[in-house]
Amino acid sequence: MIRFLYADQLADFPKLLATMFKDRADQFHTRLGWEVTVDENGEERDEYDDLNPLYVIWERPDGTHGGSMRLLPTTGRTMVNEHFTDIIGGGTIESPLIWECTRFCLARETCPGTAAALMLAGGEIMKNMNVSHYVGVFDARMVRIYKRIGSSPEVLGSMGEGRSRISVGLWEFTAEAQAKVAASAGISPYTIRKWFEHSFGKAPTSLRMVG
Amino acid sequence: MGHAVLTPFSDTTLSRLELAASAEDLQSIIETLRDQFGVDHIVYHWVNSNGEQYGVGTYSEDWVSRYLQNNYLRIDPVVQGCSQRFHPTDWKQLDWSSKAARSFYRDAVEHGIGNQGFSIPIRGPNGQFALFTLSHNCSDTEWSDFTEQYRRDLILIAHFFNQSALTLEPDRQPEAVPNLSPRETDVLTLLATGHSRSQVANTLQISEHTLRAYIESARFKLRALNTTHAVARALHRGLIVI
Repeated sequence: MIRFLYADQLADFPKLLATMFKDRADQFHTRLGWEVTVDENGEERDEYDDLNPLYVIWERPDGTHGGSMRLLPTTGRTMVNEHFTDIIGGGTIESPLIWECTRFCLARETCPGTAAALMLAGGEIMKNMNVSHYVGVFDARMVRIYKRIGSSPEVLGSMGEGRSRISVGLWEFTAEAQAKVAASAGISPYTIRKWFEHSFGKAPTSLRMVG
Repeated sequence: MGHAVLTPFSDTTLSRLELAASAEDLQSIIETLRDQFGVDHIVYHWVNSNGEQYGVGTYSEDWVSRYLQNNYLRIDPVVQGCSQRFHPTDWKQLDWSSKAARSFYRDAVEHGIGNQGFSIPIRGPNGQFALFTLSHNCSDTEWSDFTEQYRRDLILIAHFFNQSALTLEPDRQPEAVPNLSPRETDVLTLLATGHSRSQVANTLQISEHTLRAYIESARFKLRALNTTHAVARALHRGLIVI
């Protein structure tokens, strides 16, 4: 299932937490060779993890991490504005309606619909929280996967060569894209809605305060 | 609620917000916003990293002193549930299940706060945290229609309000000129000279999709709710020249 968790809520899911940061080390350090920091426990974290970001996580039935991404509003510190400003033509992107999506990670041997499930969850956030765009930093090779899923970012530019090539791109999420992504994920809009409500609380019902 | 027809707040209110020089100014603006949105209350509540509180809003003095006296900050699900978050929240999404929270809610309703609420958390620099909250007494349907319709504008106004409040902090530098990126400057300049969005996208060799993101960011930096307003403000401040 998808869980939407702020960093300060991860402690309630110790297995998920440890496996997510280990899978990130595996993807970004071992497989892609990015210059990231891996600690003595084999976990990859950076300074943006300290800003209480919101993680969107695919949790496998055994409670381990299957894939994830990390979200932060662009009104605060972001990786794009601090490290990739050249790619966006100089300057910064700032708006409470534009969030940054980084550390898009897939565990080895995770189930095939994981990337699509994450994108679908990202779309649910856009729809319910008035996020108009995500600006993302991702492994350039992901573009192919995003395209297959049915939700391609517009790539603004890339840095580096070969497997360590990093791209910056922008996502919108149209209703058509959502339908395609839902089909790739094999997850119904109803299910994603339930997961969203499980994490954020259910909006449409009444406050029942009697008693 | 819903007395206002198209834009419930005017550009004038945004300009007043930008020029706000004191807490009294913010207080007067928040009352105007409340009237323009036609809701019972709007409150801006700031908690800094030392736990000090500051706020302006339309709650009665009676309720504010009661809130402080009972130290409701500690049990208020709105503060507890929105602190350290950055997504807008309807009060119905929060956890009101504890006895203390339920009795706090009853007390709030009795003091005219309203049975509905919508809160926008704002993360400022150096651990600053603020909440911009609207509350009202109405049915669930009316409230969800209202928040659905105005959510985007409310998120922006909440952030503009926080920017103004931050400039009132002691030791704060006056706010710098909006830091438009080269791309944002290009986009606004072309729009100001009457180009359509598709012409702008063509000229800059970007998609309309990317163009929309640059416009969104420029609007925010210029404290504008719409593109026309953003272009006018950029011209007025000499950030673009045509």
